[in-house]
Amino acid sequence: MKPPGTAGGATEATEAPAVTGAPGAAGVPVPDAVACSALEYAFGTTKAVDGLDLSVVPGEVFGLLGPNGAGKTTAIRCITTLLSVPAGMVRVFGHDVARERMAVRRLLGYVPQQLSADAGLTGRENVALFARVFDVSRRERAERVAQALDAVGLTDAADRLGKTYSGGMVRRLELAQALVSAPRLLILDEPTIGLDPIARTSVWEHINAVRSATGMTVLVTTHYMDEADQYCDRVALMHRGRIHALGTPQELRDDLRERRRREPGGSDAATTLEDVFRDVAGSGLDDQGGDFRDVRSTRRTASRVG
Amino acid sequence: MSAAPAAQRPVSADGTSAHTSVERYGLLLTAPPARRGWRVLAARVGAMCAVELQKLRHDRTELYTRAVQPALWLLIFGETFTRIRAIPTGGIPYIDYLAPGIIAQSAMFIAIFYGIMIIWERDAGILTKLLVTPTPRSALITGKAFAAGVKALIQAVVVIAIAAVLGVALTWNPLRLLGVAAAVILGSAFFSCLSMSIAGIVLTRDRLMGIGQAITMPLFFASNALYPVAVMPGWLQAISKVNPLSYQVDALRGLLLGTHAHLGMDYLVLVVAAALGITAASALLPRLAR
Repeated sequence: MKPPGTAGGATEATEAPAVTGAPGAAGVPVPDAVACSALEYAFGTTKAVDGLDLSVVPGEVFGLLGPNGAGKTTAIRCITTLLSVPAGMVRVFGHDVARERMAVRRLLGYVPQQLSADAGLTGRENVALFARVFDVSRRERAERVAQALDAVGLTDAADRLGKTYSGGMVRRLELAQALVSAPRLLILDEPTIGLDPIARTSVWEHINAVRSATGMTVLVTTHYMDEADQYCDRVALMHRGRIHALGTPQELRDDLRERRRREPGGSDAATTLEDVFRDVAGSGLDDQGGDFRDVRSTRRTASRVG
Repeated sequence: MSAAPAAQRPVSADGTSAHTSVERYGLLLTAPPARRGWRVLAARVGAMCAVELQKLRHDRTELYTRAVQPALWLLIFGETFTRIRAIPTGGIPYIDYLAPGIIAQSAMFIAIFYGIMIIWERDAGILTKLLVTPTPRSALITGKAFAAGVKALIQAVVVIAIAAVLGVALTWNPLRLLGVAAAVILGSAFFSCLSMSIAGIVLTRDRLMGIGQAITMPLFFASNALYPVAVMPGWLQAISKVNPLSYQVDALRGLLLGTHAHLGMDYLVLVVAAALGITAASALLPRLAR
């Protein structure tokens, strides 16, 4: 395996935000949707996130990729205020997650990896709960909930119990729960895990449709390289708690292709994002790929969806 | 309010963008204004209670199965001991004396296993998601505690109905019934917080189940639910004195039967116990979020 420092694209990490970074309409610089600087988080002696620098530009779909145990979920739990980090490490639209928890949470829509809709409630009740806890007024609640359900194509199934939904429908319902508060940053942890290709496409189409209507920022983790390639504006490849490659999927693919061409006896074959992934993570993915609990929870989600 | 979105990506395949319109998602463009201060707490308590009621509406099985045990206590234990006249009740039939105790007991049994639900919600990701909403942990716990209270209150209505059918002479004075409701909710708030605190310490359902089983019966027997404190040995009286269930039963008995009760003291103990419970459970909640 390569030493981390030489992995592809690492040098881009510092300059990349300029790619899509746009000033606000009035010319005032808009703070990054997410800004992590030297973020660290350890469980006991294991450093799950180890010096993560990340900036997500407002309005983009940013994919955080990496093998099991790379620290993606831990990073997300730091950004969503679930894990507490020291002040100054993570900012969401300029708000420090350590100092302004509530302000940050008001800007977030979060869909965790597990299927988190309540099976004992109807779709509409599930969304209404999140309207309530985000302080939607009684006057506006019914209409807002209806719009969120409509945005994910669940209007017809809205009054059925969650337990009757298919895996793809539950994912869309969770999307509606996250969208009802009009988040500026939508965070999705493995949103399509265990779904069939049609359901995966459907989930992404709804994300994109709402995004183009609202201009919200999306931060997503996924294992599916084809999805990242197709739907993400920029991706970061994480390994052992930090970012090893960052850029648009196209840039990363071209970069690897270029390096392969220059290698002695190198080939000029087209590269996929999966090749980039292998290049960064090395071939020995099993040596520390996710602990038991991590894999178990992934399997559980996958089996519940399937 | 949103920043100008960076270069819109073409939406894949079928042109979903065609029917994307501002009117359709109008309300989803602006975040709702934040509530402040005590209104946050009230709104979260309302939200949690609403969820509890909606769940009960969709599935009443639990309501019926949980009615079986109190019915048997009243029917078998109550009827038998009414005949034996072994317990000094101050002149009222034993089944009447027992009924408020059973109301409190059935409410406590519901509340003491409420922590299992919190752990289940943690495992399912529901709790995680609630913790990422603008809800202070204490407001979330208070909401859950009152939701447990609402559930227990509905159970109490069922037990009161059973008692009435068995001929127990209970009050129908609406003010007194309101007091009964308050005592049931406060008691359940305490016991559910006790359960959620233990959940925050032991972290798994199996362990909590074991501890729940281990403490419910001692709490029940070391109270005045079945017999007056006066007939207990000294050490048991001491335990009963610090057991919030005793104060809840005392209030219920005083209100429903008109026996002599120390209502002021009862409500004071219940309020303080609930407040302590909420504080402890809120402090332990982050352990479940990790």
